Amino acid sequence: MNHANITEILNKYQGDESSLIAILQDIQEEYSYLPREALVQVSKEMNVPLSRVLSLATFFRAFSLKPKGKHSVHVCLGTACHVRGAQRVLEKFERELGLKSGETSEDLLFSLDAVRCLGCCGLAPVVQVGEEVHGKITPAKVTGVIKKYRK
Amino acid sequence: MAEMAKEKAYRIHLMVCAGTGCVSNNAFGIKAALEREVKKQGLENEVLIVTTGCNGFCERGPLLVVQPGSIFYQQLTEKDIPHLVEEHFLKGRPVKKLMYTPPKEKTPVPVLSDIDFFKKQVLIALRNRGLIDPEKIDEYIARDGYKAVAKALTEMAPEQVITEIANSGLRGRGGAGFPTGLKWQMVRNAPASNGSLKYLICNGDEGDPGAFMDRSILEADPHSVIEGMVIGARAVGASEGFVYVRNEYPLAIKRMNIAIEQARDYGLLGNNILGTGFDFDIKIVRGAGAFVCGEETALIASVEGRLGEPRTRPPYPAQSGLWEKPTLINNVETWANVPIIIDRGAKWYASIGTLTSKGTKVFSLVGKINNTGLVEVPMGIALREIIYDIGGGIPGGKEFKAVQTGGPSGGCIPKEQLDLPIDYESLTAAGSMMGSGGMVVMDEDTCMVDVARYFLTFTKDESCGKCTPCREGTKAMLDIITRITEGKGTEEDLTLLEDMAHAVKDSSLCGLGKTAPNPVLTTLRYFRNEYEAHIRDRKCPAHVCRQLNVYTIDENRCLTVGKGCDLCRRNCASDAIRGAKNEAHRIVQEKCIKCGVCYDVCNFGAVKVD
Ligand SMILES: Cc1cc2nc3c(=O)[nH]c(=O)nc-3n(C[C@H](O)[C@H](O)[C@H](O)COP(=O)(O)O)c2cc1C
Ligand code: FES
Repeated sequence: MNHANITEILNKYQGDESSLIAILQDIQEEYSYLPREALVQVSKEMNVPLSRVLSLATFFRAFSLKPKGKHSVHVCLGTACHVRGAQRVLEKFERELGLKSGETSEDLLFSLDAVRCLGCCGLAPVVQVGEEVHGKITPAKVTGVIKKYRK
Repeated sequence: MAEMAKEKAYRIHLMVCAGTGCVSNNAFGIKAALEREVKKQGLENEVLIVTTGCNGFCERGPLLVVQPGSIFYQQLTEKDIPHLVEEHFLKGRPVKKLMYTPPKEKTPVPVLSDIDFFKKQVLIALRNRGLIDPEKIDEYIARDGYKAVAKALTEMAPEQVITEIANSGLRGRGGAGFPTGLKWQMVRNAPASNGSLKYLICNGDEGDPGAFMDRSILEADPHSVIEGMVIGARAVGASEGFVYVRNEYPLAIKRMNIAIEQARDYGLLGNNILGTGFDFDIKIVRGAGAFVCGEETALIASVEGRLGEPRTRPPYPAQSGLWEKPTLINNVETWANVPIIIDRGAKWYASIGTLTSKGTKVFSLVGKINNTGLVEVPMGIALREIIYDIGGGIPGGKEFKAVQTGGPSGGCIPKEQLDLPIDYESLTAAGSMMGSGGMVVMDEDTCMVDVARYFLTFTKDESCGKCTPCREGTKAMLDIITRITEGKGTEEDLTLLEDMAHAVKDSSLCGLGKTAPNPVLTTLRYFRNEYEAHIRDRKCPAHVCRQLNVYTIDENRCLTVGKGCDLCRRNCASDAIRGAKNEAHRIVQEKCIKCGVCYDVCNFGAVKVD
């Protein structure tokens, strides 16, 4: 982990305590999770107890304390997707990737998460891999989607 | 105001929808192909290609609207583009086969406003939908943008602005429907203790899973929100504003950032706005993924960098909000309505809608419906008109069962109430609520007990845990419902569930808990027979609750059509399928764990469920 990056993020907010969540978001974006050392550094330099940093890091869904895969697969389980069969799509991903929702593969290639609404409900069921959105997904299409990122 | 960029005159404008739905359907590939072909045909000086925000008809993406004339092209592929450019833009012959043809009809409908999906819509909050490039302030200005802010700041006293908003009858679009003018008056009247600071917040957390109205407004027309906020700030005397945007909406954040920069450059934000001596600026705050943060007091806590937990009200944010200062908080869509009310007047706005619910409401129409997408309709319109006239009915010849409004706080409305007019009071009387605009359509294949379980799972997960009734109550209710969906429910469970729902409703701290029982209560009220089927007959009539299903294989079909492909046996999680390649297969019921995988993987429809 590169401490200079964290310092840079911290400097951007000039020690403003109300920016604590924004700082964690920047770190999450940079590393795709919140490394323990980073949280310790934030707590020290912002002069807030580590417990407070940790409570924020665990309260909000946007944060992960574990590393994520290179391709993060987000299967939408929002209402529109749910009524159009998203649960089965998720299960198919679980079987194909050999992962449960919330897990990351050992080679750090894929992580799988169920999320609540990606905001493209018109195309339900929706799956997002990295930045890419795939609409109208059926269990049968799952293998094809994974193949695209396997290489 | 800064000088407007000189517009080159183009003969044709191509409005390419770059809403999230169309983008995931290759809108940018279409755009690139258009650019290529336009150049190839030497039309660069005649044809301008513009990317717009969400057009609304997401189901038919990627979309292209040709101006002038509003010719609507849909479901485009890159292959279609050379022909389209040559025929329509060079030779002037619109291409029929790329137009929208209503299901069951043969003739295409060329003009956007003649298409049923658009015909009954009234665009106020979405007035610039598909007409401007959201990243260009000049295009917003060219459509009368920032005219209202000039009027409010130079011709009207703050009190007058508030009176205008009050007289328009505008009510909050974020859920509860509180009268906007009244809220503004409260903030204006609130004594600004220790210093004279007051704050403004735009709530763009959009927590309802299954809705995307606010996202579309922020992405398609960010200046309408900024303009509304400047007017509001002036009216209540606020000097700083925050736009709180859901973490999952990076494009909305990007567009809002660009819009804020541009507004500053044009002197519409920052110090001395339009030379009037009024100062106001806006910052963006990203949400961090907690549903409860859409609740105003929890949202305020998280803007302050604290845990997003709600607190009891009063004091209301209008009295003591952000950093204990009077704070005006309104929803994205509420803000987007403000400029046009000031511009066209309260009387005009109040002429639309019903006695108690004025203006329009944006809904995200999704689920089991033909025309999914974003619709804006006048208040008072019947549910039936939205679902059948605009939405085009239910796909696959299935029967309509219910429509869910209000998200996890709302309820399910059955087909007997299809003629219900859409307004705050009618929806509440039906046991649901207006909410922020989610509208999920359900058909005969949807199990209403499962829907109730779905929403309870959501509220249980999202309960912040601060108060006991919500934390423990949602969990206990979920346990009961889960039991029912697994065929282990008893008649007493229904009474218990109902009692518990009322208890949670009455004693929770914030709106999350107070409304979490609504999906349970409405499904119990309108679909009790489905609960009973689960309990008495141990059957899920819609075959959704898999623990109640019995899976079998049609051996004849398996062998003759599927040639005993063996896929089901290889995928079976519990070794419950007997057979081999080229043989008929069979399920051993005692070993079946009812995961439904065989049903999903069979390509020949040989697995039956009962
Ligand atoms: C659990 C919960 C979630 C909420 N989520 C949202 C939301 O996502 N967006 C929103 O604008 N209002 C939401 N609200 C309503 C806000 O508390 C607040 O009433 C609203 O932002 C006020 O703006 P309005 O008067 O313009 O509607 C939520 C309320 C509760 C209780
Ligand atoms: S419900 Fe899945 S994208 Fe909205």
